[in-house]
Amino acid sequence: MTEVTPLFEVFVRSRRGLDHIHVGSLHAHDAEQALEYARESYIRRGEGVSIWVVESRHIHASQESDVESFYDPMDDKPYRHATHYELPEGVDNM
Amino acid sequence: MTNHGDIAEYALRLGDDALVHGQRLCEWCADAPFLEEDIAIANAGLDYLGRARMLLQYAGSILGRSEDELAFLRDAPEFRNLLIVELPRGDFAFATVCQYLLDEYELLFFEALTNSKDETLAAIAAKAIKEVRYHQRRSVEWMRRLGLGTEESNRRAQAALDELWGYVAEFFDADELETRVIADGVGVDRSALEVVWRDRVGDLLDEVELSLPGDEWQVSGGRSGVHTEHLGHMLGEMQFMQRAYPGLEW
Repeated sequence: MTEVTPLFEVFVRSRRGLDHIHVGSLHAHDAEQALEYARESYIRRGEGVSIWVVESRHIHASQESDVESFYDPMDDKPYRHATHYELPEGVDNM
Repeated sequence: MTNHGDIAEYALRLGDDALVHGQRLCEWCADAPFLEEDIAIANAGLDYLGRARMLLQYAGSILGRSEDELAFLRDAPEFRNLLIVELPRGDFAFATVCQYLLDEYELLFFEALTNSKDETLAAIAAKAIKEVRYHQRRSVEWMRRLGLGTEESNRRAQAALDELWGYVAEFFDADELETRVIADGVGVDRSALEVVWRDRVGDLLDEVELSLPGDEWQVSGGRSGVHTEHLGHMLGEMQFMQRAYPGLEW
């Protein structure tokens, strides 16, 4: 079964207004069955109000080998964080 | 005003359907074809056990017996379930076809039972129908996969259908007690469900390239306690703990 059936990634929205969050993956013949199995495996204790399933092969992920060019350059740019700036006197909330 | 004994017996029958079928489904736990289906089928089994508890509690409240006494201390002839749910689980095609035939029946039955004049039964039916709709959606998908899948899956599904078909007449049989509760607006007239059931099942079998079996043989007897030899064996396992350690609680 697992050798011939596609893998799906499961995303669950826990409440209306929140984003769908990745919760895991499962094998299924098709999207319809993947939705059913996601319901059985991930929301049986009331964890969600909406499910997305996406075939894993459709997800394009960054590679470990990209770390240097993708992420390292962000490490030395503290001015991109709001916490870098000192707020003027009198600004209580920002 | 319906006799309380009749209502208790009626609830017991429905409770036994759910209990015995739930037990059979749970036998698949750790033994289904693959992990995801294993979880799904056991979840369905738990839906049935939950329904059995509500119905047996209700019957027990009238009979002065606990749900555990009813589930674990009655012997086979005292069980009132339909024969189709007590058959050994067979292969996965057998379990799927059995579930599908049952789902189409329960869909009609529990929809009708939500109109029962007995408030408790109506409330239980309202809860059950949501589960049944999901079960039916799942079993229809599986019927398509098996019927239209491979030569082997189609052959196994057809063999299961031929084997199970003799048990479906019991879905629509009513005895005297049932006739009384129907007259009181408490029970469902199951004979009235048969035409729609046959239409729906016939349409799906057509679609998934399975042939409708003939009605050459039919068995019944579950509602009066006349069971197949399989129920006793199943109860031997299901009731073992209470028989070995009477009064045991979790």
